[in-house]
Amino acid sequence: MEEKKEIPRFDDLKKEAQKEWRKELKKAIPVKERMKIPRQKMPEREHDVRNKDFFEVNLGLSPDQAVEEARRCLDCPNPFCVIGCPVAIDIPSFIKLIEIGKFSEAARKIKETNSLPAICGRVCPQESQCEVQCIVFKSTGVSVAIGNLERFVADWEREKEEILIPQLANPTGKRVAIVGAGPAGLTVAGELSKKGHSVTVFEALHKSGGVLAYGIPEFRLPKRILDAEVDYLKKLGVEILNNFVVGRTATIDDLKKEGYEAFFIGSGAGLPTFMNAEGENLNGIYSANEYLTRINLMRAFEFPNYDTPLPKGKRVAVIGGGNTAMDSVRSAKRLGAEWAAIVYRRTRKEMPARVEEVKHAEEEGIEFLFLTLPVKFIEDERGWVKEMECLRMELGEPDASGRRRPIPIKGSEFRIEVDLVINAVGTSPNPLIPQTTKGIEVGKWGTIKVDFNTMATSIEGIYAGGDIVRGGATVILAMGDGRMAAYSIDLYLKNKNSR
Amino acid sequence: MFKILRREQIVPNMHLLEVGASFVAKKALPGQFVIVMTDEKSERIPLTISDWNQERGTITIVFMEVGTSTKKLANMKSGDYLYALLGPLGMPSEIENFGTVLCVGGCYGIGNIYPMARALKEKGNRVISMIEGRSKFLIYWEDRIKKVSDELMAVTRDGTTKYQGHVPEILRKMISDGKKIDRVVAIGCTFMMMIASETTRESGIKTIVALNPVMVDGTGMCGACRVSVGGSTRFACVDGPDFDGHQVDWEELFFRRAAYINEELDSLQKYECDVYP
Repeated sequence: MEEKKEIPRFDDLKKEAQKEWRKELKKAIPVKERMKIPRQKMPEREHDVRNKDFFEVNLGLSPDQAVEEARRCLDCPNPFCVIGCPVAIDIPSFIKLIEIGKFSEAARKIKETNSLPAICGRVCPQESQCEVQCIVFKSTGVSVAIGNLERFVADWEREKEEILIPQLANPTGKRVAIVGAGPAGLTVAGELSKKGHSVTVFEALHKSGGVLAYGIPEFRLPKRILDAEVDYLKKLGVEILNNFVVGRTATIDDLKKEGYEAFFIGSGAGLPTFMNAEGENLNGIYSANEYLTRINLMRAFEFPNYDTPLPKGKRVAVIGGGNTAMDSVRSAKRLGAEWAAIVYRRTRKEMPARVEEVKHAEEEGIEFLFLTLPVKFIEDERGWVKEMECLRMELGEPDASGRRRPIPIKGSEFRIEVDLVINAVGTSPNPLIPQTTKGIEVGKWGTIKVDFNTMATSIEGIYAGGDIVRGGATVILAMGDGRMAAYSIDLYLKNKNSR
Repeated sequence: MFKILRREQIVPNMHLLEVGASFVAKKALPGQFVIVMTDEKSERIPLTISDWNQERGTITIVFMEVGTSTKKLANMKSGDYLYALLGPLGMPSEIENFGTVLCVGGCYGIGNIYPMARALKEKGNRVISMIEGRSKFLIYWEDRIKKVSDELMAVTRDGTTKYQGHVPEILRKMISDGKKIDRVVAIGCTFMMMIASETTRESGIKTIVALNPVMVDGTGMCGACRVSVGGSTRFACVDGPDFDGHQVDWEELFFRRAAYINEELDSLQKYECDVYP
C-alpha cells in the first residue's frame, strides 16, 4: 500500500497564515511585547474544598484571559507546536481566531482534525507535546497555554452557541466497523463519517468513551463533557452499538460476512498487571482499573443510591506513578481517606504522570513515598489487608526505557499500615481480538503489530491503534493513531473501489 | 433492546428469565455467561446462560434472588426491558468425549448444568446428572435434565427424593462402589463446588467447577474476579469461569466473595424500604 503521512501538513498551515487578517494581526503587536505578557493562570477550586468532592478542579479561562493568552502566541512561520500534536491541530490558526474574539470559529478550526476538543483540552499532556515545542517556551521558559485555550473554545462553543455540524461528504456506501468507543475508536469514527463512510462502533460497556468513561474521574473530565462530545459524533452520523463485545458477541470474521469492508481495532488496555507479590489477592487490594471503574462508570461514590459498592479506606496506598495512579489516589482522598499516598519505586523525576496532576495531588494533601517497592501484603484476622511490607530502592544504570533502573536495597524491609491498596502498575492488552481473529500478528507483550506509518495490521483491511498497539499510552496518542488509521482506511476503501 | 419475554419463579427464590438477545443466542456455548444491568444505577451482574434459542433469538437464565441486584431482576416483569445485556462472555466449557461424566448442579447451578449435560451427551459421553436441593420442592428442571442425561439423581437433604444426603456423601459412595466416573462437572454455590472437589481429590477424578467471584466489567479489564488457581492469579471472566477444582484456592475465593457483605446488607435494606414502604 502507498505510504504517506498526512501530518505534518505545513503547506496548508502556511496558506492559512498568509491570509491578510493574520498578517495584520501579527503586525499589530510586536514580538517583544507579546513575549512580555505573563501566562494566564487557569482558575482552580480551593484544594481543601475540592479534595472532598468530585466536581471539576479547573474552572476554565475567562474570555478576557483567553484573548490575553492568545496574544502571547507569536504566530510563528514554522509552528513546531503542530508537530508536537499527535492529531496536528492547526494551533496558530485557532489561537489567532481567539485573539480576534472568534471563539466558536476557533473551536471549529480545531474540529477539522480533532472531534473531541473539550476532552483533549482537559486530559492531554500538553506540556510534553505541543507546549514543549512552543517558541515562546524555548525563549522564555513559559509556553503559550495551548491546552487551556483549546478547552476554553470547546467549552465556549458547547455552552454559548449551537454546535455546528460540518458538511459531510457524499455517502460512499462503504461500511467500516470500529472495535471500542474509546479515544482511538471515536476519532476514527468521526473522521471516516465526515468522509462519507458508514461507520459502526462496537462497544462492550453500556456507556461510550472507553477509558474516558471508566478511567478518568469527574474532577478531571466531567461525564457531561464526554457525553456531549460523543453526542457530537453521533450527529456526524456515527452509529454506536453498546453492549457488544467484538470477539464474543461477534468476531471480526462474522462482521466481515455482514458486509463490513474495513476494520479498526481500538480495544484498549485489558488485563491489569499484578506484581505476583504475596497476599496481593487479599480483600482491600484493588487494581486501579477496578477501583476507577467502580467510581467513574458505576458511580460507586454515590452508593447506595447506585448499587455498586466501594469500601472506603482510612489509610490508602496507591502503587505506581502514572496518571492512573494519580486519579486513584486523588479519588481515595475525596472518598475520605485520612492518609492517601503514592508509593513509587523510582523518584519524582521518573514519574510518568502529568506535571499538573502531580501538582494538584500534592496540593490536595497526597503523600509521595519514592524509591519504595511493596513486596508483601499482610492480612488481618478478617482476611483484609492491614499492612504492606516494602523495600527501599536505589537507582542504578538506565534501562531499556531510558530511565534509571530501581534496585532493591538488601535488608531495608519496613512496613506501612494500610487498609486499602490500589495497584496502578499497568495493564496488558486484552487478548480477545488476537485470540479470535485468525492470522493477526501479535507482538511480544500481546499487543497487535502495526505499521506505524499506516496503522495497518498484518491482515488487509484491518487497522489498529491506541493501547492495543502501544500497551499503555495517553488519550491523545490513541487519537493520533486513530487519525492516521482513518486516513489509511479512507485510502484503502478508495483503492479497493478502483481495483 | 433487551426485552424480557418471560420471568417466572420456578421454585421459591429461584427465577427464570427469558430475554430477547439474538446476537447472544447466535453465539452462546455451554459454560458462557452474560452481564446484565436492570437499570442505569444497577450493578453489572454476571449470570450463566442456561439455554438459548437461535430461531426465537432468546436466551434463558436461571438465577437466585439474594441481594439487591437479583431482587431487582426478580421484580421485573414480562415485557420490561433490561438496561444492558452483554455476552456471551467467558471461555466455553471443554466439551469432549471423556467417557462417563457426572454433572453436579445445586441451586442456580441446576439450570446451568442443563446445557452442559446436553452438550456432553451430544459428544457421546455417558452423562449422569446429580441435582441437589434441601427438599424436593426446591428441585426444578428434573424432566428437562433427564432428557439429556443417561441417569438422573435428585439428591435432597430431607430425603423427599430418592437420594438423601449431601452431594459429597453420595459421590463418595459412588466412587467407593467403583462406579465408573471419568470427569465431574460441579456448578452451584461455592461451598458445594469446594466439597465436590475435595471428594474427588483423592481418587484423582478431574473435577471442573464454574467459579463465581465478584465481577465488574466482565471482559477482562478490571481484575475484580481474580482467583488463585494452581498458585497463579487468573481472571474468571476471561480465563474461566471453568477451572480445575483441585487447583483452586477456595479459602481465598470465600474471602473475596464476602468482601462486600456489609454494603450488600445496607443496599438491600435501602431497596426494601424503597420498594415496600
